[in-house]
Formats: sequence, structure tokens, C-alpha cells
Amino acid sequence: MKSFTYERATSPAEAAASITRVPGAKFIAGGTNLLDLMKLQVETPTHLVDVNGLALDTIEPTEEGGLRIGALVRNTDLAADMRVRRSYAVLSRALLSGASGQLRNKATTAGNLLQRTRCPYFYDTAQPCNKRQPGSGCSAIGGISRQLAVVGASEACIATHPGDMAVAMRVLDAHVETVNGEGVTRTIPIAAFHRNPGDTPQIETSLQPGELITAVTIPKPVAGTHIYRKVRDRASYAFALVSVAAVIQRDGSGRVAIGGVAPKPWRDEAAEAELPKGAKAVTDRLFADARPTDDNAYKLKLTERALGAVLTEARA
Amino acid sequence: MHGTEDLELNRRDLMAGASACAVAVACPSAAWAASRDASGPVMSKVSLTVNGTAHEIDLDTRTTLLDAVREHLHLTGAKKGCDHGQCGACTMIVDGRRINSCLTLAVMHQGDTVTTIEGLGKPGELHPMQAAFIKHDGYQCGFCTPGQICSGIAVLDEIKAGIPSHVAADLTATASFTTDEIRERMSGNICRCGAYSNIVDAMSEVAGRQA
Repeated sequence: MKSFTYERATSPAEAAASITRVPGAKFIAGGTNLLDLMKLQVETPTHLVDVNGLALDTIEPTEEGGLRIGALVRNTDLAADMRVRRSYAVLSRALLSGASGQLRNKATTAGNLLQRTRCPYFYDTAQPCNKRQPGSGCSAIGGISRQLAVVGASEACIATHPGDMAVAMRVLDAHVETVNGEGVTRTIPIAAFHRNPGDTPQIETSLQPGELITAVTIPKPVAGTHIYRKVRDRASYAFALVSVAAVIQRDGSGRVAIGGVAPKPWRDEAAEAELPKGAKAVTDRLFADARPTDDNAYKLKLTERALGAVLTEARA
Repeated sequence: MHGTEDLELNRRDLMAGASACAVAVACPSAAWAASRDASGPVMSKVSLTVNGTAHEIDLDTRTTLLDAVREHLHLTGAKKGCDHGQCGACTMIVDGRRINSCLTLAVMHQGDTVTTIEGLGKPGELHPMQAAFIKHDGYQCGFCTPGQICSGIAVLDEIKAGIPSHVAADLTATASFTTDEIRERMSGNICRCGAYSNIVDAMSEVAGRQA
């Protein structure tokens, strides 16, 4: 690990100002992803701003009837909140399907959104990777791509967003609240938060340098059957090959977002409108522009079947 | 103050090399440039209570909680398996919650209360979970065992506290101490000897006594 200086932030705006002031500085919250990457020197911050002392760890009702989830609310606490379990079950289920008990106790709501891809070439500093070292090339294209993206990727990068929570947040139409070093706040819809790679895969979100996430809000509860179905190589503690976050109505309509297939949670409202016609109608549309590799083309059929299982479960 | 000779040597050497950087931590905005140019270790003080004993340690900011406890406090019960949060051998209970101590910096735990395997029991006065692991052969080589036991105790507390898991049929129902629940919740602790079924037996016995 490269050496770094360290400070404990005293306010969100000051934390953001510190990041802007020091080249190579980064926020640290749970640290479960950042420290992993620092040990491998994939991440080499010169200065860490510890935001854990900021009072951003509560879940409060909003005026609109939804919830404002503090950026530092731990994954365990968000999943266990009775309001989330009762009215946003897809979110609770997504969180509980991710990582391990130890990691969920530490990982935060904001950090979960910002976690980096688990593409093996991003992790291997001996290999070219446009996300880690812009312009060096993509080793995954033509390499081992079984877990990587089938849609939304580019010639520069086929990495996936690895998270589960973000997929549920996408289906719930969450918003991300931020503050910058000047104290200016703004709200970003989750659909506009994660970016497709294009030719700048190193830029993964619409956050500006130094912008700090302070909360994630979810609108008032969406009625219907909430389901999160995750398909993975083992029954627990593994990243999704494909996951489906859905809220399904009695008439078969609903919302659906897919994880594990793209650089961001993959949702398309036009594809979603096909839900009453069944899973194949939805995935045909959702993957109309898919460009799978030989190794990961299975994800197209797997998504259709996982969604089919979700629709069957919703009808039961 | 922590005992052995090699530790004192380490601390002297580190402090000699890093005295300039210690200033950088105290007033970061003025002194970054100097500490970056030196590109040497940056030191910071942290106070921790480990197994009931308060410690104040000078540490390189890069030191994980695991390394602070093993290398500086010489409590070597918690193990470094993968050092990437994948195996669970380093599991400690910090402020009442189990975490991977390899994936957190010691400086992030100023004022925290840490429990390691050494704080749970000792020969002749074993924690019920330690006794149950022995009774049920919940280990072979023993390397993962300190993490398994810390995690096992925390899992039973999590079930009692009503925290749901992935295998819950009904998210709003009270969780129970079933084999499925224990297996799911222990998935962050790997045992390459494969003592899993005996670990489940040990935990089930302790859970049964508590229920």
C-alpha cells in the first residue's frame, strides 16, 4: 500500500473541500472496497478523508412519504430497518443477498453505490485496463469475460457494476443527494448516476471531483410484489452472474431492473412495458443492442429465465 | 510498554524515520507537500480498548486493525488469511459488531472497543462457544477458528437482535436459529478443512442453550 496522510472530516462540506484541495485525495467510509484496492495498488490515494464521524447515519421519513437514507447507514442497518422490510422489500432482499455479514456491518449506502467493478483485469495491475489506466487497452475483450457485461459496454471497457443494492435502488427510482466543497447541494436521479463507459471508462458516475454523497432518498412505497432474485456460482457470498430486481402488479405489469449484465443497473422503461407478455418479450427488448462475448452470451438466456421465475413467483 | 524487545526496536526505528510526518497528520493542510515528497510512512496516534485494556499506539496510517492488534499489541489469535475480506479469519467484534479487521484501518477506530478471540475466554474459563467448538470438533487445523468463533457469537446476537438474512422466507418475521440461517450467516468465514457441519452443530448447541 502507498503511504497517505489522513484526516477525520468534521462536516460534509469541509470533507468535500479537503478532497478538492489535495490532488489524489479520496473519501473513506466503510473502506471494504477501497482498502482492498489500495492493497493491490489499484487505488493509490495520497490523502484519506475519513467521513465516518459525520452524522449521516440515520433513516428519516421524507415529506413525500418516502425515506431519506443517510450516506453512512450500514448495509446491515438498512436491510434490517422495519420500514424497508415492510414497504421496500426488494431493497432489503438485494442488500441481504450481497457480500457477507462482516462486510454488510461495515459497508455504507453511499459506498455501495460507488463500489468498483470486480473485472479480473481491473484488479490485475500487470494487465492493460482502460478503467485503471486510461488508454492502456482492455484485456477483458478477447480475455476471460464470463462475468462481464453483455449490454451498455464499449470498445474500451466491458466491466459490470457488481452491486446488488444499486439494482434495487434503480427499480425504486432513488435519488442521490450530494454536497460539494462550496456547500452547494444537488440531487441526482439514480438513472443518471452511473454512466456507461463510452471511451472514458475511468469515469463511472456523474459525481464531480470532490462531490460527497450525503443521502439516498427513495420515493413513497410502490405497491406490488417485491422480488430480488440473484443467480450466482454458489448459494451465498458471491457476485451476481445475473440478478433481477422487480416490483410486479397483479395484472402482470410492473418494474424491473437487471444486475450483473451492464456497467450499471440495467432498466429500460420501454422493455418493462412488455412485462404482461412475459419474460422473453421483456428481455428481447432489453437486450436488443446487446453485444455479448462467446463467454458471456449465456447471460441473455439466464436473464430471461431468472425473470420468468420472478414472474412465476409473483403470480403464486 | 507493550513488552518485547523487537517491538521497541520497531517503534524507535519508525519514529526516527517519521518524526517529520507526524507533524503532517496534526496540521494536514500545511504539511502535505513535505510528507508526500518524503514518501515515507505517515504516523498517527490511535487509542483503542482491546479485550478490556486501553492502548495508545503510534501507527503508520496504512496499518489495518488486524495488523495493529497482531503486530503491535501481540494478540495473534485473529489470523491473516487472505487479507482481502474474503476468508473471515481476521473477524473481530468492534463496538458489538463483527467485521473483517483486515479491511479497516486502525486509525479509523479511535476510541473503539475491540474484542478478539483472546477476550472471549481462556483455558479453564472458556466461552460457551469455544467449549462447543471443542465438543463438536468444529475445527481441524484451527487457523480459521478464532474468526469462526467471533463470527459465530456475533451471528447468534444478530439473530436475537432481529436482523434478517437472505434465507428468510418472510422478511418481517422473527429469525430463528435454524441450520439454514446459520449456514447463510456464516458464509463469510471459510474453513478449508471443511469443518462446516461441526461448526453448525456447535453453534446450534449454544443457540439452543440461549433460546
